[in-house]
Amino acid sequence: MRHWRHRLLPVAVGLASLALLAAVVELMVRSSLINPFIMPTPSSVFGSFGRLIGEEHGLARLGATAAEVLAASVLITVVGVPVALLLHWRVRLRAAFESWVAALAAAPLVLAYPLFLVLFGRSQLTIVVMAFAAGVAPVILKTVEGFAGVRPVLVDVGRSLRLTPSQLFWKILLPAAIPSIFVGLRLGLIFALLTVTGVEFLINIGGLGHLINELAERYDMPGTYAAITFVVLVSVIFFAILESGERWLARSAR
Amino acid sequence: MTVRGPAMLKIEAVSKRYGYGASAVTAVDNVSFDVAAGEFMSIIGPSGCGKSTLFHVIGGLTGADEGRVSVEDEPVTAPHPAIGMVFQEESTFPWRSVAANVAFPLEVQGVAKRERLERARRFIALVGLKGFENHMPGELSGGMRQRVSIARTLVSEPKILLMDEPFGALDEQTRLLLGEKVLEIQQELKQTTLLITHSITEAVQLSDRVMVMTFRPGRVKRFVEIDLPRPRTAEVMTSDRFGHYVAQIWGDLREEASRGMAAQEERVRTHPGV
Ligand SMILES: Nc1ncnc2c1ncn2[C@@H]1O[C@H](COP(=O)(O)OP(=O)(O)OP(=O)(O)O)[C@@H](O)[C@H]1O
Ligand SMILES: [Mg+2]
Repeated sequence: MRHWRHRLLPVAVGLASLALLAAVVELMVRSSLINPFIMPTPSSVFGSFGRLIGEEHGLARLGATAAEVLAASVLITVVGVPVALLLHWRVRLRAAFESWVAALAAAPLVLAYPLFLVLFGRSQLTIVVMAFAAGVAPVILKTVEGFAGVRPVLVDVGRSLRLTPSQLFWKILLPAAIPSIFVGLRLGLIFALLTVTGVEFLINIGGLGHLINELAERYDMPGTYAAITFVVLVSVIFFAILESGERWLARSAR
Repeated sequence: MTVRGPAMLKIEAVSKRYGYGASAVTAVDNVSFDVAAGEFMSIIGPSGCGKSTLFHVIGGLTGADEGRVSVEDEPVTAPHPAIGMVFQEESTFPWRSVAANVAFPLEVQGVAKRERLERARRFIALVGLKGFENHMPGELSGGMRQRVSIARTLVSEPKILLMDEPFGALDEQTRLLLGEKVLEIQQELKQTTLLITHSITEAVQLSDRVMVMTFRPGRVKRFVEIDLPRPRTAEVMTSDRFGHYVAQIWGDLREEASRGMAAQEERVRTHPGV
């Protein structure tokens, strides 16, 4: 019982604060403290959800965005972590490339969308590739940091127990680096999500970003904000998946 | 004089340096000794005299620059299956529960889950952590974590036990009690034990023989046979002879420790701010 209270209470407080904030904004818009042409009332945003799903294929759009984010995230993980391992094992490679990867992490890649359009065409592939390019750098950096930060004495314990190199990796190096790797994955996911919706918005294809662009061009402000809420929903879903993945890994290591 | 059996562990003229040229430090210099089968030997010496370096060399984790280490005449060039090590630094796996930490060596050996957890439980109880099996190391105190790593090394019942200041993080009472426990197992399994410590009483309480090391370069200063009856009861530990051994080792150590402190002061004076 206590357990449930511990888990549900923070969620309840979070939702209540959100509702409170919405109520405050509602009042401010209605009393014209905030310009109603810029900011629709939260109630009208809420009211547009049905329309978005019914008339604008909102759920299909959400699905398209989610699929792109999923594809990019999987790519980021299966490429980022091994590349990081390579950089960790090959000191020269690390010296040669680490600062370039850091530079990549800071680059506003979205702006290079015309180049990617030429390379990959006006398709979801472009979106996925760009999201991958934007999100892979933090995963590489934090994973390298995670492996480099494994305390030498833990490796010594493994060596003294005569672990094979593969046991040493799976049973000591990887679990020790997991917290840092997941920090990288979270950052990578944020970058990927931003890039997916941003590029959809810019090149007018795919899911929610495209929808937001269309609605904004029609000056459908409540619809626009409702679509943005859908983006938040996608991000919440992905963070929940990531978190349960991390918990599952932690449990299986115990 | 106790009669020692054949040598189980042999250290012959081992030297180890760190760094190159002018900044090179000779951590261990021409150290030789044997540990007989079933013997409990302690190494004592001032901080920074090369004890941990020697520990890593004997454990096969670091190569010596000169000399050799052998187990039953078999040279040690990599970690040896007969040797179990307890490290000076905190070494529990923070992502594993206490039980899974202690069962780790058995898991690696492929012992079935049921059996390894059962055996782990026995050693967890032995180091006084019964009831903490499912706790994570992060929920324990530093001393409790150190006991987890001791149990983890004991669980595979190594023929040779190497311990680098394993009781360093413990209070005096726990240290004495745990020392007794380790001794019990050691006697029961007839383990050959090499204990590195900075506690003189601990060395005298537990050992058949104590090796005193000099400060930089780390050399053998003296061997002291501890000719006291076992078990080392409270009576033995308060006897005059016990006190005599403590005083003798302190006499040797005092000289080295003050040289060590002088070296440190010298460094502070010549490199202020380092
Ligand atoms: N990896 C290393 N690189 C360079 N110098 C080292 C290294 N490890 C140890 N040393 C040096 O070698 C000397 C001996 O170190 P060691 O850790 O063996 O001492 P110790 O006797 O175990 O000390 P303590 O009692 O404080 O644990 C020290 O002067 C230390 O500065
Ligand atoms: Mg040491």
